[in-house]
Amino acid sequence: MLNEQIATRGTESWRPFIEPALKPAPPAAQGKPVDTNEEAGHELSIRVRDLNLWYGANQALKNVNIDVYQHNVTALIGPSGCGKSTFLRCLNRMNDLIRSVRIKGLVEMDGRDVNDPRMDEIALRRRVGMVFQKPNPFPKSIYENIAYAPRMHDLVSRKAEQDELVEQALRDAGLWNEVKDKLAEPGTSLSGGQQQRLCIARAIAVKPDVILMDEPTSALDPISTATIEDLMDKLKQQFTIVTVTHNMQQAARVADYTAFFHLGELIEYNDTRMMFSNPHTKKAEDYITGRYG
Amino acid sequence: MSQSFDEITAQLKHRHRRTARLKWLSMGALALAATFLVVFISDMLVKGLPAFQQAQIQVEVTYSEQSQQMPPAAVNEDVRRLVSRGFLRTLPMSMRDNPDLMGTTRLEWVLADSAVDQYLKGHHTRLKDDQRAVVDDLLAKGQVALKFNTRFFTAGDSKMPELAGIASAAIGTIMTMIVTMLVCFPIGVMTALYLEEFAPDNWLTQVIEININNLAAVPSILFGLLGLAIYINFFGVPRSTPLVGGLTLALMTLPVIIIATRTALRSVPDTIRQAAFGVGCSRWQVVRDHVLPLSFPGILTGSIIGLAQAMGETAPLIIIGMVAFIPDVSASFSDAATVMPAQIFTWAGEPDRAFTEKTAGGILVLLAVLISLNATAVWMRKKFERRW
Repeated sequence: MLNEQIATRGTESWRPFIEPALKPAPPAAQGKPVDTNEEAGHELSIRVRDLNLWYGANQALKNVNIDVYQHNVTALIGPSGCGKSTFLRCLNRMNDLIRSVRIKGLVEMDGRDVNDPRMDEIALRRRVGMVFQKPNPFPKSIYENIAYAPRMHDLVSRKAEQDELVEQALRDAGLWNEVKDKLAEPGTSLSGGQQQRLCIARAIAVKPDVILMDEPTSALDPISTATIEDLMDKLKQQFTIVTVTHNMQQAARVADYTAFFHLGELIEYNDTRMMFSNPHTKKAEDYITGRYG
Repeated sequence: MSQSFDEITAQLKHRHRRTARLKWLSMGALALAATFLVVFISDMLVKGLPAFQQAQIQVEVTYSEQSQQMPPAAVNEDVRRLVSRGFLRTLPMSMRDNPDLMGTTRLEWVLADSAVDQYLKGHHTRLKDDQRAVVDDLLAKGQVALKFNTRFFTAGDSKMPELAGIASAAIGTIMTMIVTMLVCFPIGVMTALYLEEFAPDNWLTQVIEININNLAAVPSILFGLLGLAIYINFFGVPRSTPLVGGLTLALMTLPVIIIATRTALRSVPDTIRQAAFGVGCSRWQVVRDHVLPLSFPGILTGSIIGLAQAMGETAPLIIIGMVAFIPDVSASFSDAATVMPAQIFTWAGEPDRAFTEKTAGGILVLLAVLISLNATAVWMRKKFERRW
C-alpha cells in the first residue's frame, strides 16, 4: 500500500496541473480518509455527502464528502476563507443563524439528516456542542455558566445533582482545581485560557456526542494552548471532536484525521500522520510545506 | 535628500495652528452652551423661588353667625382687602366642619391677598397707598410675613394666584405617564425585539425601520392630531383625560423606545448569542436569559429618557384638550386633568402679574422632576450594568 502511494506521488510531482484528469476520482470524493489510522476508532459519527453551501450567490462549500469517526479528533485545516469554519457550523446548523445561507447535500448523524425540516436544531445542538474561537462565557457566575444548559435541557432535577454535574464538567475540562473556591465569581473574571476551558466545560456539561471547536486556541497564549490540546486528547475518550485550526502543528499534534480544505473544496482527507508526512495531493503538500496559506 | 527636523517643524506649524483653532472653537461652543444653561437656570431660580413662599397675615378672625352669612365680616375692615378672598370663602365651610369655633374670636395667621404677597416681594402690585401703609405698619409689628408656600404643592389651579398650586397638574402628569408607560414600554420593547432578533432582513422590515426612524422626528403636535382623530373621534375616549393624553404621548414615545431598545439589543455581543445557541437555547431562551438581561440597562435608560421627553410635552396635549383649568386633583384616568407643562403654559397666559412667579416655580418643579428621572436612569444603568 505504501508503495502505491509513493508511486502516485511520483506521477503527481511531475504532472501536477493535470492531476485531477489523471485520477478517476480524488479520494476525498468518497468521504473516506485515504489512509486509515490503525489506532483510531472507525465507528461512524457524522456522514457528510455532497454538501454544497452558498452565502447568497457565493458558493462557500463544493461537494464536500467526509466521514467523521467517533472518539477521534478530526482537524479541518486550510487557508483563510477555505470554508473550514463554514463546514464546521454545518454540523450543528449554526449556519441557520445567517440569513442568506443556502445548503444542499446530506449531513447525517445517527441515521438522520440534520438538515431535514423535521430535525429540531435544538435537539441537534444538544448532541453536537460547540466551542468558539474567542472564549465567550456567559456574563454569569462560573457555576451558572456550567449549570445553565443542563438545567435548561432538564438533565438535572435536584440541586445536589446539579452541583455534581458542574463539578464533573469542570473536572473533565481540567478547571476544577483552579475554580472550585470561586464558583460564584463571574466567568469573565478568569484568564483567557481558563475561560476557554470553561466554555469547553459548558459544552460537555450537556453530555453531547460531538464537540465542534472553531479555532479554540487562536486567541490564547502558547501555554494555555498546550493545556487545551492535552484536554482535547483526553476528551476524545468520551466525545468525538471536530476542530478547525489554522495552526498546522496543532493539527499534527492533536488530530487523528485531518481534512484539508481549499476554496470550498475538500482536497484531501487523510490520517493525520500520513497527511503531514506523505500527503496525496499537491495542494495539500504545498500548503503543509508552507508554500501558500 | 531628507528634510531636517527644523524644516519639517516649520511646515507643521500651520497644522498645529489648525488643531489649536479647532480646540478653541469647540471649547468656545461649550462655554456658550454652559453660559446659556447658567443664565436660564439662574433666571428661573430668581423668578421661581419666590413662588415657594407666600405672604401670610395675622388677623383677628371673628367666628359668628354674621361671618357665616357674610364671610368678609369676619375680619376687621382695615385689613379686609389684604386677606385672601379664598380664605374668606372657605370660612363658612370650616365653621361648619368645626362647630366649636362659633362665637369665638381668634388671632390667626391667614393667607394674604396676592397683592400683599407681591408687595412684600418687591414686585409690581395693585395695592393702593393707604393699603401699603397698613401693610408697612403690620410688617413693623411682625403681623405679616412670607412663609413657606405648602399650598403650591398641595392645591390645584386657581384664578387667585395665592391659591394656585401645581398638585393637580403633577398628579395629572403621573397618571398620564403611567398610561404612556403601560402602553409603549411593552409594545416598544416587543417591536424592537422582533425587528432585532426575529425579523427577516427584507424590504418590508427596511420600510418599517425607516418609518420608525422618521416617526421619531415627526413634530409632536401631529401626534396630537392623530390622537384627536383616532382616540377621541373614532374610539370615543373622553377628551382632556390622562387616558387619552397617555395614549397620545405613547404614540410619540414609541419610536424613541423602539430605537433605544434596538440599540441596546444590538450592543449585546453576538458571541453571547452564539454561545447560547451553541448550548441548544431556543430563540426565546436566548432572548430571555441572555440578550434581555444584558440589554436591560440600555432599554431602561432609553425608556426613561423617552418618558422624560413625553413628560415635557405640551403641544399634542393642547389638541386633545389637556390644557385646561383643573382646580381639583383628578380621581380617575377618565377625569379631566392637566399636566405640568400644560399648567405652566396656562399660568404663563394669565394676566395677573403674580402668576409670573408661579410659572417659573412650575418650571422649577418640572425641571427637578426631569433631573431626578434622568438621575434615576443613570443610577439604574450603573446598577444593572454587567460586564462581559
